[in-house]
Amino acid sequence: MNLRNEILKLMDKNGRIDFQDMADMLDTDLETIKKTVKEMEEERVICGYTTLIDWDKVDVDERVTAMIEVRLTPQRSYGFDKIAERIYNYPEVKTVYLMSGTYDLMVILEGKTLKEISYFTSNRLAVIDAVIGTTTHFVLKKYKEHGKVLTEPVDRRMVVTP
Amino acid sequence: MRKDILSDKIVNIAPSGIRKFFDIVSEMPEAISLGVGEPDFDTPWKIREEAIYSLERGRTFYTSNAGLAELRQEVCEYVERQYDLHYHTKECVITIGGSEAIDIAFRAILNPGDEVIVVQPCFVSYAPCVILAGGTPVYLDLSVDTEFKLTVEALESVVTDKTKAIIMCFPNNPTGAIMTKEELEPIADFIKEKDLLVVTDEIYSELTYGSRHYSIAAFPDMKERSIVVSGFSKTFAMTGWRLGYALAPREIMRQMVKIHQFAIMAAPTISQYAAIQALTQCDDEVDEMREAYNQRRRYLLKAFERMGLDCFEAKGAFYMFPSIQEFGLTSDEFAMKLLEEEELAVVPGSAFGECGEGYIRISYAYSIQELKEALSRLERFITRLREKR
Repeated sequence: MNLRNEILKLMDKNGRIDFQDMADMLDTDLETIKKTVKEMEEERVICGYTTLIDWDKVDVDERVTAMIEVRLTPQRSYGFDKIAERIYNYPEVKTVYLMSGTYDLMVILEGKTLKEISYFTSNRLAVIDAVIGTTTHFVLKKYKEHGKVLTEPVDRRMVVTP
Repeated sequence: MRKDILSDKIVNIAPSGIRKFFDIVSEMPEAISLGVGEPDFDTPWKIREEAIYSLERGRTFYTSNAGLAELRQEVCEYVERQYDLHYHTKECVITIGGSEAIDIAFRAILNPGDEVIVVQPCFVSYAPCVILAGGTPVYLDLSVDTEFKLTVEALESVVTDKTKAIIMCFPNNPTGAIMTKEELEPIADFIKEKDLLVVTDEIYSELTYGSRHYSIAAFPDMKERSIVVSGFSKTFAMTGWRLGYALAPREIMRQMVKIHQFAIMAAPTISQYAAIQALTQCDDEVDEMREAYNQRRRYLLKAFERMGLDCFEAKGAFYMFPSIQEFGLTSDEFAMKLLEEEELAVVPGSAFGECGEGYIRISYAYSIQELKEALSRLERFITRLREKR
């Protein structure tokens, strides 16, 4: 058993898992769990903790998720990394991936209005020299995120069975 | 109206001890349960998807009595791969769950007066099936002293010249006990020496922790004496699909298929197609479920240890069988009081045979969060009981 992997698998499913519970589940002790998690935090294996939220259930202003495909010409000696950096440094950018296939970067913006996203695309992204083109997709409905279906699970089993 | 409308045989069989408990719990909507004998996982989607596809394709006809040839082939290959068991498709029948397989196994081999050693604690249906098939159950009570494992000494104490067969189940429901190859070998020798048959219920065979399951039918010369019962319910979280199978030498299988043919016709076609996916495509899903069960098992063991609740380390199925003898209550009383005071349902050990008295069965087919809440109720309850004593 690779303890680090086991811890990560459990924390990936439940970031708030109780460390003592995790120690029991993995047949080790609390101190070992604390130490291993701390190490992984320091090594940036664990980069942070977030909460999975269904914003549709929250009464707030319009929140839009946009996925923008970005096509690039790579820069000499830097490749794509420098351009990615110029994009991911904007705080409104939630996620940036380098992709294989018909485009190069996937840029995900979240929690913004349509207006703000179109502004970002035309005035921030499109003006970067290396950017050849963008295609913006808006998310209409989220069904599943981070391995979790966003509806409540129900236990349909009978309460006692042989 | 005449007075003798009912069969004495069935009237004289007591209803399952779980039944009455179930009726009470059903009236308590707030109660939480550790009483379920089925996986909490959903059937893997690829299996469900295959069933939908089968429906779309209009595969809604009967299959052959013994089951789809393709599925039987996969069953034979699966048990060869996993347990080194060598069966021909003609030695395999697809049944309505493991339960039907147990029923037709006894009906195929028993004559009036034949005794069957029923190794207890065990699943509730074994003895009734023996009786309904015209045999006589002889109960063999295991104890925690052997970690609820079967021993030759125990067998010797109940075997007679009328003994025809033994029914046993490892990994065990309700104790979670398993038996290793080394522990099974003398049992197999005993069976051969006494010229007995064995009905071996291996429905939990994929759920062992720390060692691989070994089938008693895999020892030399044991195939001809064994009826292996298994199914899809526990391994692939497919309880509601009602699909199991039995493996037996041709001579026995021919009779089993005959009974199955007259009583059942054939297992559900949609379930059978889906089961092919289960056997061929779901190794990763099964590994993942096994790992989750094992984490919960360790979690429970530690929790019992902290509560000071006496429990041997079960290494199979998804059950724990802690002792409640220190509280001076019967299993029934303990479970009822726990339900009334903390709204937590567990199954009294006595529902699985007399030797289950003094124990409760705790299922860990629940998420850690659910287990945590249930355990805090259990701990509160036993703390109160201890204070009173």
